[in-house]
Amino acid sequence: MMISDGIEDEEKWLAEGIAGIQHNAFYLHRALDSNNLREVLKYSAQLLSELRTSKLSPHKYYELYMRVFDELRRLEMFFKDEDRHGCPVVDLYELVQHAGNILPRLYLLCTVGSVYIKSKEAPAKDVLKDLVEMCHAVQHPIRGLFLRSYLTQISRDKLPDIASDYEGEGDTFMDAVEFVLQNFAEMNKLWVRMQHQGPMREKEKLDKERNELRDLVGKNLHVLSQIEGVDLEIYRDIILPRVLEQVVNCKDELAQYYLMDCIIQVFPDEYHLQTLETLLGACPQLQSAVDIKTVLSGLMERLSNYAASSPEVLPEFLQVEAFTKLSNAIGKVIEAQVDMPVVGAISLYVSLLTFTLHVHPDRLDYVDQVLGACVRKLSGKAKLEDSRVTKQVVALLSAPLEKYDDVVTALTLSNYPRVMDHLDAATNKIMAMVIIQSIMRNSTSVSTSDKVEVLFELIKGLIKDMDGTSTDDLDEEDFKEEQNSVARLMHMVYNDDPEEMLTIINTVWKHIMAGGPKRLPFTVPPLVFSALKLVRKLLGQDGDVAGEEAPANPKKIFQLLNQIIEALSIVPSPELALRLYLQCAEAANDCDLEPVAYEFFTQAFVLYEEEVADSRAQVTAIHLIIGTLQRMNVFGVENRDTLTHKATGCGAYHASLIPMGLNRRSTLRLMRVGEGKLIRVLLCLKRSLRIANAAQQMVNVTRGSSGPVTLFVEILNKYLYFFEKGSPQITTAAIQGLVELIKTEMQSDSTTSNPSSDAFFASTLRYIQFQKQKGGAMGEKYDPIKL
Amino acid sequence: MVLVLALGDLHVPHRAADLPPKFKSMLVPGKIQHVICTGNLCVKEVHDYLKTVCPDLHIALGEYDEETRYPETKTLTIGQFKLGVGHGHQVIPWGDLDSLAMLQRQLDVDILVTGHTHQFTAYKHEAGVVINPGSATGSYSSINYDVNPSFVLMDIDGLRVVVYVYELIDGEVKVDKIDFKKTTASST
Repeated sequence: MMISDGIEDEEKWLAEGIAGIQHNAFYLHRALDSNNLREVLKYSAQLLSELRTSKLSPHKYYELYMRVFDELRRLEMFFKDEDRHGCPVVDLYELVQHAGNILPRLYLLCTVGSVYIKSKEAPAKDVLKDLVEMCHAVQHPIRGLFLRSYLTQISRDKLPDIASDYEGEGDTFMDAVEFVLQNFAEMNKLWVRMQHQGPMREKEKLDKERNELRDLVGKNLHVLSQIEGVDLEIYRDIILPRVLEQVVNCKDELAQYYLMDCIIQVFPDEYHLQTLETLLGACPQLQSAVDIKTVLSGLMERLSNYAASSPEVLPEFLQVEAFTKLSNAIGKVIEAQVDMPVVGAISLYVSLLTFTLHVHPDRLDYVDQVLGACVRKLSGKAKLEDSRVTKQVVALLSAPLEKYDDVVTALTLSNYPRVMDHLDAATNKIMAMVIIQSIMRNSTSVSTSDKVEVLFELIKGLIKDMDGTSTDDLDEEDFKEEQNSVARLMHMVYNDDPEEMLTIINTVWKHIMAGGPKRLPFTVPPLVFSALKLVRKLLGQDGDVAGEEAPANPKKIFQLLNQIIEALSIVPSPELALRLYLQCAEAANDCDLEPVAYEFFTQAFVLYEEEVADSRAQVTAIHLIIGTLQRMNVFGVENRDTLTHKATGCGAYHASLIPMGLNRRSTLRLMRVGEGKLIRVLLCLKRSLRIANAAQQMVNVTRGSSGPVTLFVEILNKYLYFFEKGSPQITTAAIQGLVELIKTEMQSDSTTSNPSSDAFFASTLRYIQFQKQKGGAMGEKYDPIKL
Repeated sequence: MVLVLALGDLHVPHRAADLPPKFKSMLVPGKIQHVICTGNLCVKEVHDYLKTVCPDLHIALGEYDEETRYPETKTLTIGQFKLGVGHGHQVIPWGDLDSLAMLQRQLDVDILVTGHTHQFTAYKHEAGVVINPGSATGSYSSINYDVNPSFVLMDIDGLRVVVYVYELIDGEVKVDKIDFKKTTASST
């Protein structure tokens, strides 16, 4: 209720003030038109009296002020033109001091003063000195601030600067500096005093009002920075100490925060670099509530940009020991402000780190130092729970990764893992993912086992269950993504030297072996293929494949591979393990290691017989076993026979339980094994035909199906394959017989037509026709077959 | 003009981290009408990526694929051509042309696309074409020692198909092409 009344009242007072101004302005303009000095002075004084109010908030006062300001411009033009009023400016200066009330008097004085300086009838410095001191008489904060602001405005272009019109004997830019510094100091005092005057108000509202006026104070600093005569020495020896004195002594947090920031923004970076110690020295002296970290961050950011845009100044940074000074200052601030929350301290370190990465990227010791300071700050506390702190720590850890293309550099920072240890498990994993993504993005290769060790230590949150967590808690999609990232990472870990590479593989294995049944299916395959690639590399080297004395030789690697694939049994992952064993068998074959290859096959068979239960999986497994076996050339007759026999057995195993079609086809594939062992081939073929015939009988009992027809066409195709290869057991008669059989079957009543087997038969017949028409040896071969 | 991308055996992440960047920058979404994949992606991420290149995606099941519901073989008709795709580990001896021809007859297709050997091949025989796009990531193969990343782009226009093969050799993408023409339109 009271507040709305207040606002309403303010509006009323403002309206009254504006009305007053307009009223007097009317008469003022008339007086100006008739060049009546007395009347001009009278009405302008009355007009200016409206600014004597203490009822308005700064915002509304400003509105009033702007209207007055416009009128004062007209007034100044009038004063300047002596012909109009006939009064010399010296006398005018005297005359206006007769105005009754102090505030109008001073506004008029400043206005005349402006004309006075322009006339050059008196040295600028004298007039300015006079004015800045006379303004002392107005101690009301808002009125005083606006008055002095007016003084700043009209004096701006009249300062006795180097090469200005107002430079004169004894009139130097130092006088200008002195003038502005004095005005600044007084304005700051008034501004600070605002909080104690007027009716009781909430702090927030008060701060808001004060903030509205802050640029009036800050303007003086701008003016100082524009004075041409000011150089580094003047700034360092005179300006900065005076300004800082004001800042520290006023003991007002709002002012301190704003002014520190203002200094940093307004004056050039080269000055800051050279006065770093002084500037930073003020920080611990400020009120504890001042958000100094934002100020410091702002400073460091400016300096970073300075370094980035002008690389030639980098030596200067070293010379003034910028890093050390900033680092110490931050330490002191954190120490002094005991209530500063952890998030504040860490964010300061983030700024310092960013600075370091920009300015001294080659100084890894500096980077490590910053991380070390964080570790100290975080130590003694439990794992981080505050998400804001966590965010800052992640930013801290990500910065070096972004800066250094070679992520491995970050890995050499001794404090890096220590900082990571303070993260909670979930964030630790996120950070580990960030590291991996950084490596993938930059295609960095991690090439020594030491670095691999450090890397896998850093990402241990992804590789095994950390204390208090288990894989059951995880979202499945997230988990897969994590593990696939680890898998991808393994392709970036590589060294050309076989010995080193083997050490690397062993290191990786050491880390991932503890991953548990959920992780191994993801992490084992890439490691296995890394090892197989190494084997192949060894094969490619000159001379003998490395003998057994060599530290890195295929046999050793196969032993390791066996161990690694064996670990999949805890998952259990028999199908995957089977595939990997077969891959190893092929590689062993290429190395001429018969017993090793045989052993791998044995393992594969064991898995097939004992663990692969699903029938579709069995068929695929059989294909892979047979396909691999077909390519083996290292086996002697005995071993080869044993394995082939086993494979055939697998195909026929569970004959009655496996759905019809799948089993027969597997048997057909067996014919690929043992090229040259034609008798076995024939046996298989005949057995297939028998089984297919049996199937036909079964089919006649059950509902009609064309299952057998498809099989017959398949068998026909196999016949043609071996026929072309020259197998004497496959005669043209046999082929002709089978063709007739199929045709009969297809026309039979009990067979429902199947478009795909029809098409298959048709394309087969087309093929036979094609071969017949080829002419030459092939044509002759096929000639007896009639379609 | 219909563009068909044929690729496979990426083996991500078992044997390779990702497609080569030079390939990725060539496979711009919206330019290709069909994608035929011989299998062994192996993970969903690769499936999703291929889907962004072209939504009409046909995949055959490879022995390492995470998604086991892909079909063992698939046939589709594009323009005047019947195409078939399978991974190829089921056809023994692996890579044997005559055995592949048998599969082609069984599926009754003009163009058969299979993989598994990580070796680009394109054979013309009888009235058909047998294509192996190789491994798109150039990943390890027990069958083929010298694997360069490769994929195939088919441009089907009426009765003619131009097969472009892209191979990454020593960091440079090399292109080759082969022309095939059907003698007769396919019967429906």
